[in-house]
Amino acid sequence: MKGLANTLAGTGALVRLILRHDRIVLPLWVTVLGLLPVAIANTLADLYPTAVERQSYLDIVTANPALSALYGHAFGSGLGALTAWRLGGTVLLVGLATLLTVIRHTRAEEAAGRRELLGATVVGRQAPLFAALFVAFGASLALGVLVSVGLVAYGLSATGSVAFGLSWAMFGWAFAAVAAMAAQVTESARVARGISIAVLGVCFVLRAAGDAGGKDGPSWLSWLSPFGWAQRIRPFGDERWWVFLLFLGLIAVLNFAALVLSARRDLGSGLLPTRLGPAVASPWLRSPFALAWRLQRGTLLAWTAGLAMFSALLGIVGESAVEVIEDNLQLRAVAKQLGGSSGLTDAYFAAVMGLLGLVASGYAIGAALRLRSEEANGGAEPVLACAVSRMRWVTSHLAFAFLGPAVVLGAAGLAAGLAYGLSAGDVGRETTRVLWAALVQLPAVWVLVGVAVALFGVLPRFMAFGGWAVLAVCVLIEEFGRPLQLSKRILDLSPFAHVPKLPGGEVSAASLLWLALIVVALGAVGLLGFRRRDIL
Amino acid sequence: MNDSSAISVSGLVKTFGKTRALDGLDLSVKSGEVQGFLGPNGAGKSTTLRVLLGLIRKDSGEARILGGDPWRDAVVLHHRLAYVPGDVTLWPGLTGREVIDLLGRMRGGVDPERRAELLERFELDPRKKSRTYSKGNRQKVALVAALASDAELLLLDEPTSGLDPLMEAAFRGCVEEERKSGRTVLLSSHILSEVEALCDRVTIIRDGKAVESGTLSDLRHLSRTSVSAELARTPVGLEELTGVHDLHVEDHRVRCQVDASGLDGLLEHLTPFGVRSLLSQPPTLEDLFLRHYETEGREAEQQAEAAR
Repeated sequence: MKGLANTLAGTGALVRLILRHDRIVLPLWVTVLGLLPVAIANTLADLYPTAVERQSYLDIVTANPALSALYGHAFGSGLGALTAWRLGGTVLLVGLATLLTVIRHTRAEEAAGRRELLGATVVGRQAPLFAALFVAFGASLALGVLVSVGLVAYGLSATGSVAFGLSWAMFGWAFAAVAAMAAQVTESARVARGISIAVLGVCFVLRAAGDAGGKDGPSWLSWLSPFGWAQRIRPFGDERWWVFLLFLGLIAVLNFAALVLSARRDLGSGLLPTRLGPAVASPWLRSPFALAWRLQRGTLLAWTAGLAMFSALLGIVGESAVEVIEDNLQLRAVAKQLGGSSGLTDAYFAAVMGLLGLVASGYAIGAALRLRSEEANGGAEPVLACAVSRMRWVTSHLAFAFLGPAVVLGAAGLAAGLAYGLSAGDVGRETTRVLWAALVQLPAVWVLVGVAVALFGVLPRFMAFGGWAVLAVCVLIEEFGRPLQLSKRILDLSPFAHVPKLPGGEVSAASLLWLALIVVALGAVGLLGFRRRDIL
Repeated sequence: MNDSSAISVSGLVKTFGKTRALDGLDLSVKSGEVQGFLGPNGAGKSTTLRVLLGLIRKDSGEARILGGDPWRDAVVLHHRLAYVPGDVTLWPGLTGREVIDLLGRMRGGVDPERRAELLERFELDPRKKSRTYSKGNRQKVALVAALASDAELLLLDEPTSGLDPLMEAAFRGCVEEERKSGRTVLLSSHILSEVEALCDRVTIIRDGKAVESGTLSDLRHLSRTSVSAELARTPVGLEELTGVHDLHVEDHRVRCQVDASGLDGLLEHLTPFGVRSLLSQPPTLEDLFLRHYETEGREAEQQAEAAR
């Protein structure tokens, strides 16, 4: 008992430190995500007021593999089940929030050397990991309670509401545990974050692949993924509480492993050994761009590969989507609502590419933020003290922020197009059409990068917060704006609202030109601002 | 701008919000000299160097470096200078050697033989990833990168922080060679012995202002020599001499501090009492520094006292 008290000494103080750090971000995501289900339930009730309408809508979506891939299966009928189904993919945001929280307060602190400072005080070996998990678990639980209470207050069944809220809390816990494990493996916070997000992505793809095939498909794949578990609890259907045991088992195993590893390893080290590097720098390592490539190439390659695989899956599913729903009028209406153009496949791919555009923006903003982290970490100073102009240094990283998403989206579009084209039997035509649908997202992605660059020039300390906040707002508008029936004025705030709905939609040169002008203006503000300001 | 001045700064002001980091700083460094830039933490040494590098913008005053404007001509000037930051952070995934080569190539001139020699001298394993380097080893990477360049001006911000005594000696040897080869060095430091051993001239900075500047011998004039003497008889009348401080007389023994101007008078006064032994210690930079800061500190205290 004394040993346990020793290893956990100082946990309380660390928890308070974490809460002090995250006093804005943490309540923000808990509240926004916590209120989302009620808001969605409310608009779904507006859209489909009667039980008959809801049932027919559910029948359609369960029959549609493409929608099943994106959102998962629906279990049960009624408003609650409909809400739970519609939010089947949104739970990804919960996992993202908790895994980022855990990495930020474990490996990131350790790599920055602050953990060492704490380790010398009366802080037990396991206290930092324990404190980070405690906060992530607490936040997930608060989110789950908020979701349940909100749905019960809205008038949905108490059992279903609790099951649904608890499924979100468990999902948050599961990815907090994944992050705790990843934080033990590598020495770099960036790599730990990458591993956790990759696991999240793979779990999503497993669920999507498992659900896409309908009843005859490889539905066992869904059982390998926490995304699948969260839905197979069947909140508002016939709740299956035993599925929570799967969550609890996974969480227990991962946490146990993370704690064991963290107890055995040295401070600052990871499981993966560090190798010696080259004795001489290769001849190409001679410019700011070469340095930026060296720093950013891993992230770019990982995103490109990951998104290409995900898109290939969505491409394969695209074909089966069309087969099933070819002559279903109601489903056409649904598909039209999702994508906004006539052809069913076109609507499907337009919706998928809109989603990929948002994901690629995440990459692009991260790439642009390298500027700020290099500046804040002291990596900019030695470069700028060489014969390197500020513009050269900035553009070396901006090349990744602007051209990187083109590579990522190009690969994604190509993969989706090829996969769909091969199954549809018209590789040449479909590949180009889908590729264009992916690439047309770029102007909107660049607007978000432009906002980040402008902040970098003018308000550098707010670049990270502002950049991610703008993306979060766009995600909420794009994914929930229409279901929430927000006014057109608000929907139009997102640059993605002005991107042509390809394939199939009209290409408006005017709106693309406007987006381009906004990008140029934001970029100019950022570059001019940076030329004039101090290196902080 | 004359050729013999590598750095000339006058009335330099830089504010960060309400704090005045530099408050009318004057600094001049001649070509080919090694100048010490002394001051306690937070005096404005790093801020000065960052202005001289064009990383931050001056609010007012004049700053010229190698005949150019540090802000406007940054890129051109940086071909001719090398810099060791006060807080060396490296890219964790790059090896020491990669950092050294990269910085050298971006500056546009490396001396490969010198680089090899420096790596050996500083006993640095260049194949390790920067992530695994200790503070001292990171410092060595930055030093090798700067010293292996063919730059005519070296700006070194507390370059020996984190180095062990052996490496400090190696560093001193390097700076000695730089002086001989005619390079200009501005060495910011708070380690007095280092500056005393290496520098031709010293500028002492406090609260963003230069409070003393000159050659070491100039500055010593401003300071007191400590004298202790053993005499044949007990001396009298020493209290009346000008420039004599902290006087202690015990039988035949005398200890005191003397201003440079009072040394002559003291010796004349002592001779008639029969000098048996005489020990005089020249002021160290340390004395000078401490005296300056102690008196200033005391004045500030008194002012605070009076204000109460």
